[in-house]
Amino acid sequence: MAQMAPAGTKWWSGGKSPFNVEYGKLMMWYFLMSDAFTFGAFLISYGSIRFATNGWPDPNEVFKAFPFIHGVNLPLVFVSLMTFILIASSVTMVLAVAAGHNNDQKGVTKYMILTIIGGLMFLGCQAWEWTHLHGEGAWWGRNPFVNADGTVATTNFTNFFFTITGFHGFHVFSGVIINIIMLIKNLRGDFAKRGHYLMIEKAGLYWHFVDLVWVFVFTCFYLL
Amino acid sequence: MSNEAALHGHSDVAHAHGVDIHHEEHGHHKETFITKYVFSQDHKMIAKQFLITGMIWAILGGLMSVLFRLQLGYPDTHFQILEDLLGSKWAKGGQIQPEFYYALVTMHGTVLVFFVLTGGLSGTFANFLIPLQLGARDMASPFLNMLSYWFFWLASVVMLSSLFIETGPASGGWTSYPPLSALGDASEGSKTGMDLWLISMALFVVSSLLGGLNYISTILNLRTKGMSMTRMPLTIWALLFTAILGVLSFPVLLSGFILLLFDRHAGTSFYLSDIFLASGKALPNEGGSAILYQHLFWFLGHPEVYIIILPAMGLVSEVMSVNARKPIFGYMAMVGSMFAIAILAFLVWAHHMFVTGLNPFLGSVFVLLTLLIAVPSAIKVFNWLTTLWKGNIRFTPGMLFAIGFVSMFISGGLTGIFLGNSTLDIHLHDTMFVIAHFHIVMGVSGILGMFAGIYHWFPKMYGRYLNNTMAYIHFWITLVGAYLIFWPMHYEGLAGMPRRYLDVSGWLSFNQFGGLNRFISTVAMIVFAVQLLFVFNFFYSIFKGRKVITQNPWGATTLEWTAPIRPGHGNWPGEIPEVHRWAYDYAKDGREFIPQTEPLGSNESAH
Repeated sequence: MAQMAPAGTKWWSGGKSPFNVEYGKLMMWYFLMSDAFTFGAFLISYGSIRFATNGWPDPNEVFKAFPFIHGVNLPLVFVSLMTFILIASSVTMVLAVAAGHNNDQKGVTKYMILTIIGGLMFLGCQAWEWTHLHGEGAWWGRNPFVNADGTVATTNFTNFFFTITGFHGFHVFSGVIINIIMLIKNLRGDFAKRGHYLMIEKAGLYWHFVDLVWVFVFTCFYLL
Repeated sequence: MSNEAALHGHSDVAHAHGVDIHHEEHGHHKETFITKYVFSQDHKMIAKQFLITGMIWAILGGLMSVLFRLQLGYPDTHFQILEDLLGSKWAKGGQIQPEFYYALVTMHGTVLVFFVLTGGLSGTFANFLIPLQLGARDMASPFLNMLSYWFFWLASVVMLSSLFIETGPASGGWTSYPPLSALGDASEGSKTGMDLWLISMALFVVSSLLGGLNYISTILNLRTKGMSMTRMPLTIWALLFTAILGVLSFPVLLSGFILLLFDRHAGTSFYLSDIFLASGKALPNEGGSAILYQHLFWFLGHPEVYIIILPAMGLVSEVMSVNARKPIFGYMAMVGSMFAIAILAFLVWAHHMFVTGLNPFLGSVFVLLTLLIAVPSAIKVFNWLTTLWKGNIRFTPGMLFAIGFVSMFISGGLTGIFLGNSTLDIHLHDTMFVIAHFHIVMGVSGILGMFAGIYHWFPKMYGRYLNNTMAYIHFWITLVGAYLIFWPMHYEGLAGMPRRYLDVSGWLSFNQFGGLNRFISTVAMIVFAVQLLFVFNFFYSIFKGRKVITQNPWGATTLEWTAPIRPGHGNWPGEIPEVHRWAYDYAKDGREFIPQTEPLGSNESAH
């Protein structure tokens, strides 16, 4: 929690938190660093295998479908919508945290509901995309898409796609669960009683991190 | 929320402690057996749980090495008792079968590296010492701390259960390289045993993450008033760097394991390509890279060796300073060299991969970075030696083990310079020279550091002393035995004798080592027996050891010795002590030692 400290405070001399945060937030930051290494390892593995492979499918050819509209060629439109939804849910999360700073219980409830809806919509989109790709014959160990130059592709395109987007989707799912728990606690008035909404902030940190990871996943699988 | 409140974010717990202590004073506390000994949230109890679990694993892991040393020393002998005990599948005709031999070396490595020297060492001393030496009531999150142990326990149960399944435990080496580990048909141990190994290791990573997050946030946030970072004992610095290494390197291993699980069960080809079977058939997998796994594995695997050795270094620094009755030499250099080691830990992993076809130019970069580690390591060694120099040394068992650690660390560190050079490594790779090197520098040093810690802090843990006579026998036989076991292996390795081989007597060039191998095996059994003496001493002394009657039996300056002899949950019955000086005011101003809690005198300057 931001707090004015007298000038010349010796932050590192013991008896206080050097970063002026309680332990839970510190732990969350370190956890996120750790998790960043997990995703980093996945994405670097993906990059190194792709670099060592002769050809790779063109994402514009693979990701061109849109739900309920058949036979259209809309490359990357659907995934852009997914990305927009997730980023919008990050905005509502910021608003929830801000409402928490103002001790506005109702505001927190409103924006947490919106964030949860955003998360669920993203998961729904991902479920549709996975189902669609599966319908086209793509799965772990199966890749129906040819390389951009028309040659036969290895299965590692789909292998990495499902593993990494799946791992990210699992994080989004956990985030939604965490947000629902936060919402329930807020509705029960736990935070109001406590006088601060730090838990919302910590859930927010996690949620923003999951969004940030998506930006990298999105770039690596859909743009490159 | 004010900083004060933020600092005591666990104030519910702190209050609960206060209440507990209050209750105990009145003799009607409500702690049940379950909350006190099983699902305890007291860091001291969790430390003991880690220690005893680690000891059980050490006995099992050690026993495995005795079994495969029996095979290496006496490849032609039939030991009927082995068949009687292990069954005819693993020890047909009293001889250890190849599959079982590989399973033994695999599990020996896994158990000792992860379950003993990571879980058992960090788990014990980070939990025990961090709150006590920093002046905290408990860890930042006692609940997550408890979970950390129970994930470790779950990982242990899964790993242990893999020993009892029909196809046996994992047997592809503790590194579990694919394709051997990825293809269930490749060997018996690559079947269910490998899955259980991966599940167990994933649980272990969770345990290590929960523990590590707790250690870091406790060290940063919960230092008592006056305990600035540079007043912390070196144990705490070591444990801080260890935790940071673990938090940043284990997740990469987890990613590698997830990809391996997919390769095993989902038909993916992350690590697989161009695999031809003996029948001439090719597997459909294409485009993966087995080397990718090695990169992911060693990105953890190398920091892992520092996760093992840093806590030992911290414990040794503390024990050595206390028992030399001198301040540790070069405190800031010690901290700085540990920081350098922690950074370099992440930059040298490919020195395990010099013979994978790595670009020689890249190899030379890794040679340079690897050899750089010699600098901070040497700084530490010289600082230990200069701490001993003209010290008023008390040869307590803890001190002997600390000195033994330094001896081992020098011996093993020197051969690291051989192996760190890629040109030499081409010859020495996968030979007994490597076995000798890492057992001395990491395995034995790590365990000697752990023993130093156990002997030194046992009085604080249990309020009793370990028996000294047994301790001295334990020390001398262990130290001399460790040299006798591992020193000759250098010669075998230089002659090209490969590691992991079931029986090398078929090669003319290695036949000459038959006698040496029998000698090594014999000493290994003696050293193992002496560890059982230690185990006996440990459990005997918990109940029957000589009682500690003074609060500060070693005359140490640090805070754990200001707590009651048997501290309750919350550590200090009254106020948390305040710190006024660094942890190493020994032999200062004509006094033997000055506790950290004593304010600076009027004509005294801070260190």
